[in-house]
Amino acid sequence: MVGIVGYGVHIPRYRIKSEEIARIWGDEGGGVKDGLGIMEKSVPGMDEDAATMAVEASRNAVRYCNINPKRINAIFVGSESHPYAVKPTATIVAEAVGATPHLTAADMQFACKAGTTAIQCCMGMCTSGMIEYGLGIGTDVSQGRPGDALEYSAGAGSAAFIIGNDGVVAEIDGTYSYTTDTPDFWRRPGMDFPSHGGRFTGEPAYFKHTVNASKGLMEKLGLKPSDFDYAVFHQPNGKFPIQVAKMLKIEVGKVKQGLLAPLIGNTYSAASLIGLASVLDVAKPGNRILVTSFGSGAGSDSFCITVTDRILERRGKNRNVIQYIGDKEYLDYGMYVKQRRTLKTL
Amino acid sequence: MSSVTMGLPMTWRRIPERYGLIGSECESCKTKYFPVRKICPKCRRRGKMRDLKFCGRGKVYSYTVIHSPPSGFELETPYTMAIVELEEGPRLTAQIVDSDITDVKIGTLVQMVFRKIQEDGKEGLIHYGFKFSVVK
Ligand SMILES: [Zn+2]
Repeated sequence: MVGIVGYGVHIPRYRIKSEEIARIWGDEGGGVKDGLGIMEKSVPGMDEDAATMAVEASRNAVRYCNINPKRINAIFVGSESHPYAVKPTATIVAEAVGATPHLTAADMQFACKAGTTAIQCCMGMCTSGMIEYGLGIGTDVSQGRPGDALEYSAGAGSAAFIIGNDGVVAEIDGTYSYTTDTPDFWRRPGMDFPSHGGRFTGEPAYFKHTVNASKGLMEKLGLKPSDFDYAVFHQPNGKFPIQVAKMLKIEVGKVKQGLLAPLIGNTYSAASLIGLASVLDVAKPGNRILVTSFGSGAGSDSFCITVTDRILERRGKNRNVIQYIGDKEYLDYGMYVKQRRTLKTL
Repeated sequence: MSSVTMGLPMTWRRIPERYGLIGSECESCKTKYFPVRKICPKCRRRGKMRDLKFCGRGKVYSYTVIHSPPSGFELETPYTMAIVELEEGPRLTAQIVDSDITDVKIGTLVQMVFRKIQEDGKEGLIHYGFKFSVVK
């Protein structure tokens, strides 16, 4: 059965605390910070972008399963911060992991859910026999306008999943998507920062799509909320995933392992996938995981994933999520501005 | 050719070397070289070169902290440049990133990471390749 053969993440080393951002914008009371449930967020190094992080995560994924990268016949990279408007990130990744030239590759964009859609494409191609292995990636260095609530949450990170039929550490039992045209968040060409609908991003966007995709998946597979040992949701902040678990009647404790927004912020296309990696880092054979992404615009992809015995052999082959989160260096706001190269825009 | 496209053939040719740390090995005398060489200086015409992918681990042979950078790198100062001796033998020059400056010493173990090296302005190509970070 099709599933996850290997996975890897990359989280940049730098962090800024929400308190430090609040200090600059006169929000010492911590209203924004408490509202978001984010203590600190990841900040990319000056020489990091969506492509470099995708390469690091992908190399970790290849190391994890130790397959010959020439057997990867498709690479799809989901991001809303591709370094080029025209010229694929996927070719950079393909060359850097050693998968070229006998493969297909493309970039995807669907706000924060392009990474899970990349995995769905790999699943379809593996199941149909078109390819042996596919590499699906979610990677983002997201930007928030200085002073905007997004500045507290927009983090950076990447997660890569090798999908195949043989040697899976977790089977993907099924996937279900829910998509509508909803104008909750967008960025026009040439603009540095996105625009968003403020409170409109919650109810009709995040909650509606996440709940409907998750429910649709459970209906399709004949499962109920209590059948899952873990649940991972897209995490634009530290609070939405908890709320959505309550709406779906999933125990809040099952969300904790995959909820990293309080520590690294919203890593956009990588958010739900880093959460899944964090769960796979500790899950036991037989554990069932619900993963539901969300992308503004809007849509959700939901997956049911069952861990196999093989996961125990592979554990420790890789730098895991906790190691990435633990290795950190704090920036003050001045260093943060220098690092993000936003000197001009302020 | 515009200034934006001038170095393209050179950049393109160096992608395997910069992305994948591909160098050469002489099949006659087993000497390893980075970057790629077409002729083994030891064996000359008797040598036979093949591509070799280096593992990406090594140690600091020598280093210096840059405070007055070349143009394009002003925002990155201070940063560390090192001569890294690869596990397989050859030495190369690379920036050390994601590491405290005080952690970099002669003999420190380092590993290859994939980073942005340079951008040709806002319209030009982005150059990617290897840098190194201290092994934790
Ligand atoms: Zn020789």
